[in-house]
Amino acid sequence: MSPIGYALGFAIGCVALGMLLNLFRLLRGPTSGDRILALDTLTINIIAMVVLFGLWERTADYFEAALLLAMVGFLGTVAYSKFLLRGDIVE
Amino acid sequence: MLEIIVEYVIVLLLVVGGGFLLVGSWGLARLPSLMTRLHGPTKATTLGVGACLIASMIFFPAMEGTYSAHELLIALFLFLTAPITANMIAKSHLHRQGRNIDPNPADDIREGLPQPSGGKGWATFDDSATLDQKVVSPVDQP
Repeated sequence: MSPIGYALGFAIGCVALGMLLNLFRLLRGPTSGDRILALDTLTINIIAMVVLFGLWERTADYFEAALLLAMVGFLGTVAYSKFLLRGDIVE
Repeated sequence: MLEIIVEYVIVLLLVVGGGFLLVGSWGLARLPSLMTRLHGPTKATTLGVGACLIASMIFFPAMEGTYSAHELLIALFLFLTAPITANMIAKSHLHRQGRNIDPNPADDIREGLPQPSGGKGWATFDDSATLDQKVVSPVDQP
């Protein structure tokens, strides 16, 4: 295995561990802002995982998925925060 | 020779990216209050994703001979949106929490936030919800 393979394994392990920590914060709370932040971080970790998986498989097919996840994750976070802030999303 | 240098640059970027991603998520799980927890994901995790994307940006032209601009698009989008999400989450937290202060053992502040001028809340410009009448959810009391 090349050095890039070892580094990829390390990075994927780090991202997996980080996702477990995000899930812990998502379940634990305690406030709703914490849960929104945990979901946002989970989305960023999933984007990193998709990109690293694309490197692992040596294909460029997964970048559209990562781009879509970035956009939908951002919109979801803003919608959750807006709902908490105003009680309505589109006023 | 050049291939080995490129390979080790990619390895360095991957290790740095994975490390920063883990540190950001660990900060989210470990830090004591929401305002401190915002630091980890917004700074460390975004930097980690950026390093992974740069590694991918170097990997595909150097190793596979293909090129696409998707990584640059994703990195730009993430770096633009991270401060906006942090601002929105902080505002909604200030709104829900009222003038209470987060428990943070590191600083010895006991009194809540000062009254903002104008009688309106810290995070909203709503006339109807003055601070005294505001109903703060019991779930969001620190």
